Amino acid sequence: MPSSTPLLPRRFTAWRRVLSDRLATAVAVATVALVLLPLGFILGYLVVRGIGSLNLAFFTHTPVPVGEKGGGVANAIVGSGLILLIASAIGVPLGIGAGIYLAEYGRGRLASLLRFTADVLNGVPSIVVGIVAYALVVLTQKHFSAFSGGIALGIMMVPTITRATEEVLLMVPLAVREAAMGLGIARWRSTLSISLRSASAGVVTGVMLAFARVAGETAPLLFTAFGNQFWNLNPNQPTAALPLQIFIYAISPFDEWHRLAWAGALVLIVMIVGTIAVVRLVARRGLLQGAS
Amino acid sequence: MANSAEAGPVVRNRRIPVEVSGQSSPARTIPLIPARSSKLADTGFQAAMLVCGMSLLVIVGLIVLELVQRSQLSLHEFGWRFLTGQNWDPVSGDFGALPFLYGTLVSSLLALLIAVPLGVGVAVFTTEMCPRPVRGLLSFMTELLAAIPSVVYGLWGIFVLAPVLRAYVQPWLAKYFGWTTLFEGPPYGIGMLAAGVILAIMIVPIISSISREVLVAVPQTQREAALALGATRWEMVRLGVLRNARAGIVGAVILGLGRALGETMAVTMVIGNTPQIAKSLFAPGYTMASVIANEFSEATGDLYLSALIEIALVLFLVTIVVNALARLLVWSVTRGVPARALAQ
Repeated sequence: MPSSTPLLPRRFTAWRRVLSDRLATAVAVATVALVLLPLGFILGYLVVRGIGSLNLAFFTHTPVPVGEKGGGVANAIVGSGLILLIASAIGVPLGIGAGIYLAEYGRGRLASLLRFTADVLNGVPSIVVGIVAYALVVLTQKHFSAFSGGIALGIMMVPTITRATEEVLLMVPLAVREAAMGLGIARWRSTLSISLRSASAGVVTGVMLAFARVAGETAPLLFTAFGNQFWNLNPNQPTAALPLQIFIYAISPFDEWHRLAWAGALVLIVMIVGTIAVVRLVARRGLLQGAS
Repeated sequence: MANSAEAGPVVRNRRIPVEVSGQSSPARTIPLIPARSSKLADTGFQAAMLVCGMSLLVIVGLIVLELVQRSQLSLHEFGWRFLTGQNWDPVSGDFGALPFLYGTLVSSLLALLIAVPLGVGVAVFTTEMCPRPVRGLLSFMTELLAAIPSVVYGLWGIFVLAPVLRAYVQPWLAKYFGWTTLFEGPPYGIGMLAAGVILAIMIVPIISSISREVLVAVPQTQREAALALGATRWEMVRLGVLRNARAGIVGAVILGLGRALGETMAVTMVIGNTPQIAKSLFAPGYTMASVIANEFSEATGDLYLSALIEIALVLFLVTIVVNALARLLVWSVTRGVPARALAQ
């Protein structure tokens, strides 16, 4: 035999090659199974342990002291809502604005720097963001507040929303922009009413994903919102949040509180997965309906 | 706003043709050259968007500024000794962060050790081997894994994972791998091993989703070429796909590392929170993020607080470097850099 192919050495005999192919496939399937196993375990445990503790009181009452039965996390659910509202009020406009800037005007060095900054900010550990919110707000005000927690979560929302907005805006065909220009529409108007509007489903997706991500955050709230055993609707006061309450209950030594932690975790997961499911549905309806 | 809205045309798509044909409302003409007010509005709009964009820089700037400023006390008091000191004693005011650095590194590396094969395996399966209908479901499920909040992982870690480790996994490891001295001591369940496992579960989705992105970016021609040469599917994946995606996959792994380094709640709940450097993975440990989570709100004294903020500064710098590195690697593949030749 004069020449052999250099790509496949001789040890690649037919049966070995088939065998290694089968083996690799089996290993890949096994990794998938190994990854899905914990997912099933976690969701299963949440449902099994959580559902028994869910009752009306859980959603309507505030926590009770150790030893007493019952009680709920109503104040924590409302507190989470309050904090997330503040976070969205900060993070959504900033994120969408920055996304618009990057997509519509973002050329040159500044834009690359901003993109890189967004990626960096995305990677900053949430606890570090919490410390900064503490230093900026809590230390100046000298007390914990829902407001400071909202700022921390809002900061965390910005980079996600920015990159999502930029991505979908860039998907709006250039022809649409040119058509708007051709009609003499001012650029700001065409950006807001035509580009952003056609991309709205995608922007909403980005916002909801950012929202779902910060909704479960605990670490930045530890020393900003701080938690509260009682009702509080004043954004300038320490406020309970569902993830915080779960943490407090989970590390406590009391069985009754563990029960409440599981129930709280189930509620939190249902809220987050619900958000993501809605997002998926919206996204599937077509990202750029108006544009084409 | 109102002024320029009058000057501009009605922008709803439906109405524009009517106006262009000029059959109705002749009073509404479309100005070919934008009115001055809308030029002003344009500039204002661009400026406003620029401000939003700059907010990103401002935020990162504030983070750096606050962390550096508030850790001055500890920076001056301890200097580099802070990173090598093993003593963490709030009472006598002696702070060394080495046990936390050690705990963060070991738990993250342990997590990578477990998560990398799994994450890459899932990515390869979904992009190269998986039947099309299953693909969407699989990516949804990994997305779900990423959506579970840290605190819920922690809860599950305390009540499910740790007991399972204690009862089944740790005795087994001690029996068969005890000679490595990595698995010694009483099996508590809670400890470094539990932290590594829970972190691994948490970073698998990141590694797999970014690896998937990278694998998809490998040109289809690479696959076709390998198959045309008679390669089996695995050979095609190995020679045609993985080789070209190497840099990007390394990037995905490093991004996973970045996430693991900064992960707080789940680790805090299962690692045992003991500032020590123990060789055995069964022993409890402590990480940078969890010492902040546990002690920050109770820290009394400026030096104590400052030391904790310095830990945050170190954590911040490490994650920045790690993430920047990862981004560069991922970009090098997905940005459309020509794939390297098949197998030199």
